[in-house]
Amino acid sequence: MSTTTDRPTTSLDAEAIRAEFPILNQQDDARPRLAFLDSAASSQKPAAVIEALSNYYEHYNANIHRGVYHLSEMATSKYEEARHLVASFIGAASPREVIFVRNTTEAINLVAQSWGRANIVAGDLILVSLMEHHSNLVPWHLLAAATGARIKGIPLTADLQIDMPAYDELLKEEPKLVAVTHVSNSIGTINDVKSITAKAHAAGAIVLVDGAQSAPHLPLDVQNIGCDFLAFSGHKMLGPMGSGALYGKRSLLDAMPPYMGGGGMIKKVRIDSSTYQDGPARFEAGTPAVGDAIGLGAAVEYLNRIGMDAVREHERELLLYAMGRLDEVAGLIQYGARDASVRSGVISFTLSDIHAHDVAAILDSDNVAVRAGHHCNQPLMDHLGIVSTTRASFYVYNTPQDVDQLVEALNKANKIFEIA
Amino acid sequence: MADSIYREIILDHYRNPRNRGMLDPHDYSAEDVNPLCGDEIRIDVRATDGKVDEIKFSGRGCAVSQASASILTEMVEGMTIDEVKALTKDDLLEEIGIPVSPARMKCALLSLKVLKSGIYGIPQDDEL
Repeated sequence: MSTTTDRPTTSLDAEAIRAEFPILNQQDDARPRLAFLDSAASSQKPAAVIEALSNYYEHYNANIHRGVYHLSEMATSKYEEARHLVASFIGAASPREVIFVRNTTEAINLVAQSWGRANIVAGDLILVSLMEHHSNLVPWHLLAAATGARIKGIPLTADLQIDMPAYDELLKEEPKLVAVTHVSNSIGTINDVKSITAKAHAAGAIVLVDGAQSAPHLPLDVQNIGCDFLAFSGHKMLGPMGSGALYGKRSLLDAMPPYMGGGGMIKKVRIDSSTYQDGPARFEAGTPAVGDAIGLGAAVEYLNRIGMDAVREHERELLLYAMGRLDEVAGLIQYGARDASVRSGVISFTLSDIHAHDVAAILDSDNVAVRAGHHCNQPLMDHLGIVSTTRASFYVYNTPQDVDQLVEALNKANKIFEIA
Repeated sequence: MADSIYREIILDHYRNPRNRGMLDPHDYSAEDVNPLCGDEIRIDVRATDGKVDEIKFSGRGCAVSQASASILTEMVEGMTIDEVKALTKDDLLEEIGIPVSPARMKCALLSLKVLKSGIYGIPQDDEL
């Protein structure tokens, strides 16, 4: 029986996948092999996505929807094809339920300013969890400040999962909205958003799921989850920066007022009033990031070729290997649940009393890229009683060798600071 | 390589900081934060006849920020207030003696920023 510290052969041929990412294959004699362990911040891009983007600009770039000439028709068709691809990827009932935005943050702000302003009044309760990213907190702060709504945080269990009994109690206060992350970007907890949604609906609340860290890493089906809104970023799932999407149930989107106004989202415009489009167009004012959306479509196709089940399994295996190897590092504390079935490939840790920034800098000298800080999770850091962690995160192109490189560099940090 | 900054002088001052603490009363005091990595530094100064009599720093953060604060306080002891006002970033970097990469500049210079804020700020009257 193999132990978790044996070097695994993972389900994916990650070395072959890595070869398709130009940035991971740059030769630099001055620096060792790059162990890129910061995909939670932003993922690298395969040649297929980069080519889709440059292909767009080289062959059919034009503004969309209203051009009558061939280039514009091609661009429009490819843009809408990307919308179809994204809709299928997450299990949406229809492409009408997918709005292209710049990133998860914009998606959540859209819901807060559009659905929120139309439906939230003074005294209403919004529930968020203690492990939310600032992008699924601050938009609600702004909404609460504007409307007089209240915000409460769902507590966490000792192993940093959502405390379901405490959640049940909070639901008795009849919140209007529950906004939770599917996967924590710092501690990697996978929340049972299907249960969370079912309970919220039973209590009469709308549910927004922050899918920034789940869409890239887990098979998603919004029909199965049942959530009302799902927000995610393209750049974290092999797509270009500037791409992202908001999924919303059609019945909700159709009733939502516009968020940004301008060309592209109107029906009729007089000097002092205007009427608005139905469907996702209502929320896509101005010239969209057409190329970036098409790049996101190419990223979806790339992930579909690998298969999201295989992606998940690969990361789960890497996670198990990494947790075991990190246990061997003197003075290292890992944060988060140890059960890999409720963990994505994100590991936050502290290394004795060495400041996370120093850890990251030493790792960088061995070309191991990690992130240090509060990871836009200040309430969670406060809850854990720490200032910052160092975070390593995995994706399709990471291998056990990346983990070994990480551990070697951490041992070096210990040596430099004379811990071991 | 970036690890070259973790040479003896930084590790020594990080592990054995000089002038760690606070001064009460003090003539000059300021504190600041480097939001990027959460470094915090506070510097208190007591001056007699226009000269730095005593200087203490407190706070927490990465090795570079804390060590540079320790190094800075050693530099500044005994200087006149005018000499402190004339201190430049290059003076501190020269005293640190190791190349500081652009990514760590804010860490290395936070203490100088805090010291200057305190010195140029309104001096505290400790005989209220």
